[in-house]
Amino acid sequence: MKHMTRKATRHISQNEGLIFEKSSPGKAAWKLPPLDVPEVDTAKLLGKQERKDLGDMPEVSEIEIIRHFTRLSTWNYAIDLGMFPLGSCTMKYNPRVNEFVARVEGLANGHPYQPEKISQGALQIMKTLSDCLLEITAMDAITLQPAAGAHGELTGMLLVRAYHQSKGNARKKILIPDSAHGTNPATAAMVGYAVENLKSNDRGMVDVAALAAQMNEDVAALMVTNPNTLGVFEQEIHKIAELMHAKGGLLYMDGANMNALVAKARPGDFGVDVMHMNLHKTFSTPHGGGGPGSGPVAVKKILEPFLPTPVLITKPDGTLGFEYNRPQSVGRVRAFYGNFGMFIRALAYIFANGPDGLRQTTEDAVLNANYIRKGLEGVYDLPYSTPSMHEVVFSDRLQAKKGVKTVDIAKRLIDYGFHPYTMAFPLIVHGALMI
Amino acid sequence: MQKAIGIRSVDELFSPIPTEYRLTRDLAIPRQMAESEIVDWFKQRAKENGEGYTSFLGAGAYFHYRPVVIDALVQRGEFLTSYTPYQAEFAQGTLQAIFEFQTMISELTGMDLANASMYDGSTGAAEAVMMAVRITGRHSGVIARSLHPEYREVLNTYATHQAIPLRMVSFTGSGQIDLKELETAVGDDTACVLIQSPNFFGTIEDVEAIAEIAHKRGALLIVSIAEAVSLGIVEPPRTADIVAMEAQSFGVPLGFGGPYCGVLATKEKFVRQMPGRLAGQTVDKNGKRGFVLTLATREQHIRREKATSNICTNQALVALMVNIFMTVYGKVGLRELAKQNLAKTAYAADQFSKHAKVLFAGAPRFNEFVVETSEDPYAINSRLLGHKIVGGFPLKKFYPELKNAALWCCTELTTRSMIDKAIDTAVGLAAKSERSARSKDAEPEEVAR
Repeated sequence: MKHMTRKATRHISQNEGLIFEKSSPGKAAWKLPPLDVPEVDTAKLLGKQERKDLGDMPEVSEIEIIRHFTRLSTWNYAIDLGMFPLGSCTMKYNPRVNEFVARVEGLANGHPYQPEKISQGALQIMKTLSDCLLEITAMDAITLQPAAGAHGELTGMLLVRAYHQSKGNARKKILIPDSAHGTNPATAAMVGYAVENLKSNDRGMVDVAALAAQMNEDVAALMVTNPNTLGVFEQEIHKIAELMHAKGGLLYMDGANMNALVAKARPGDFGVDVMHMNLHKTFSTPHGGGGPGSGPVAVKKILEPFLPTPVLITKPDGTLGFEYNRPQSVGRVRAFYGNFGMFIRALAYIFANGPDGLRQTTEDAVLNANYIRKGLEGVYDLPYSTPSMHEVVFSDRLQAKKGVKTVDIAKRLIDYGFHPYTMAFPLIVHGALMI
Repeated sequence: MQKAIGIRSVDELFSPIPTEYRLTRDLAIPRQMAESEIVDWFKQRAKENGEGYTSFLGAGAYFHYRPVVIDALVQRGEFLTSYTPYQAEFAQGTLQAIFEFQTMISELTGMDLANASMYDGSTGAAEAVMMAVRITGRHSGVIARSLHPEYREVLNTYATHQAIPLRMVSFTGSGQIDLKELETAVGDDTACVLIQSPNFFGTIEDVEAIAEIAHKRGALLIVSIAEAVSLGIVEPPRTADIVAMEAQSFGVPLGFGGPYCGVLATKEKFVRQMPGRLAGQTVDKNGKRGFVLTLATREQHIRREKATSNICTNQALVALMVNIFMTVYGKVGLRELAKQNLAKTAYAADQFSKHAKVLFAGAPRFNEFVVETSEDPYAINSRLLGHKIVGGFPLKKFYPELKNAALWCCTELTTRSMIDKAIDTAVGLAAKSERSARSKDAEPEEVAR
């Protein structure tokens, strides 16, 4: 590597206390306009329900607020400061135009219950995004209601259950590979299904023979992440789908790793029946320190009758509207229509990329992951040599011999100003470094 | 890079995908657009979306003023583009902010502690019911019909597959829950009573009386709060066991229904059954203060199918908006803000009562009230819409017995002249001239909802 000119490392370090510690009576950052209606006697209106004291809420000035939160922000690492090489949770650049358009008045101030007649703009955004996501996934119908990935999984499992119930038997269990995210088993349990573990084979993929042995009429669905959490594409995905379908089961795909597929391959084409996407992973909506996310769920025709209400439709007069009367629906999973602000951002991202941009983004992600793999191969142990898509998983086996574990390597990376990889996941790799 | 990896083309990297599943054409989506085109497209959509209308809608989504410092601060890249704070060393900004958020929510709700956020008020309420089931080991819930109807629908979806039967309890002529009916509904298998206060009609419930009934039979009381600003002037539900709150009113844009900010608050003894992330204060080995995610053993990434919930991503950035809002208004401002909401609503209800029937007058209310008219509220709203006014939320969709009633909402942003104009138009003072004008101009106004 070329010689790099290093900067002095000392950086402003504010010892910022809690906001409550800055508070003192009489300071204020707010001002209300004069009241244009008669004052009210709160004691008379509220009686014993009147609150007299708000306890230890802060009283601070505006500049103190600005300084407080600005100083706090400088203690954060962020995409704007460098990369987050987290495997499935790898973050994308969060374009600022997304933030700008999400704040356009009329969109930002739209009330969810305003008449449909004056909501056509919002509905058009939902419709356009839906159409784009259906094209990207090769699925038939979609709901944007789920608020995050795990919420999408829950919706997907509800759909699976409703589908089987409509056939007279809800079935008992969900198969989940041992490499899966923790949300998968947690979700299956929330919908009243038992979880049965599916072992991976020595190439880090679903063991098709084992699946064939475990698959029976008690299994409602298989939840598979593809590419899986090792970054490996399930090459026998069509066989997996056939095995599931032959016994009446469904194939659920966790779309956490859609970053590797967008514009290159479509889940609906390789046999997936129901899947969720994470707009905050694949479609650039900001992670914001842990949310908000958005987890649209796309399905094949057979599952459409069960989608959560309301469903966005085009009415006979050509305008858009919501349909509430869906007798087979699983019901609502969230009040109103979902994280609409994230729909705006995701759609702006799709517009900014177009077909070429989306394809290149996917190709770059896979290229970058393979470049990192090449660079680190040999330095770290690679437990599965199967080709990598957009992520690669190493283990600390070589370093652990000298007492250095994945957590130590991660913390050392922080010392150098890098955000570490995902530690100790997936669980099938001991001492994992997921990049 | 291709040379370093040893490939001639990027497509080689996609060879693990069987050829028949590789997409060889362009996606059929809109072409790549310039930033100026993107901005134009969304501005056009905004114009078709009720821009410039005065609204009297509340019903779980409230239009309050958002101090500009909120967006100035949440758009700092260090907040906007940071990841979930799993690496505490360089997520201290997010973690300390969450800690302050949790502390203020606890203070305002009268609970011991609060989590870092849930998706929204509806899913938060559903999670609270599941939490009560875990705590009590009991398996059914008693729910007020005056809980937001969409929250009830969400709860129904969650409860169905957890085999949690739900029993509804109606409301009296004062708009409050029917205590006698509640008394008979709560039994030995009731895990919780779930109410909303101020409830869907804006009516403030007698939380203490409800808590007594629930606790007498060993059930927990969950109080859902959809209008957070009420906490500035309405006594918090201190006798509740869990508060499931929607904090949208605290600085979060209406945004056509989301993203919002749910949050759960509870008593310390129940914390291990509470879902969602939790930040805690600690000290490092040198005794310096730091903040970390804590009690993660409740969560799905550790406990998998035995976790308290499957929730992973929450509403962190929205919680930060809420946090900044609470900090701006603080101890005095929140009360004054709530008082203005109370005054505007009292005025509007008073004016309405001169021309129509204001229902549920027997109990205190916060910033919403129910008006019953002789004319169908949809017809009234249709007339109002012609004046760029969005009228109250017609209730018959969710409460068939409240046929000609609508739920009206005022906030500090509703001016007296807006109220006067809306009432004049709504009760038909202006209707006569309207009708004659409309008969000439054939097209009738139609409102979808």
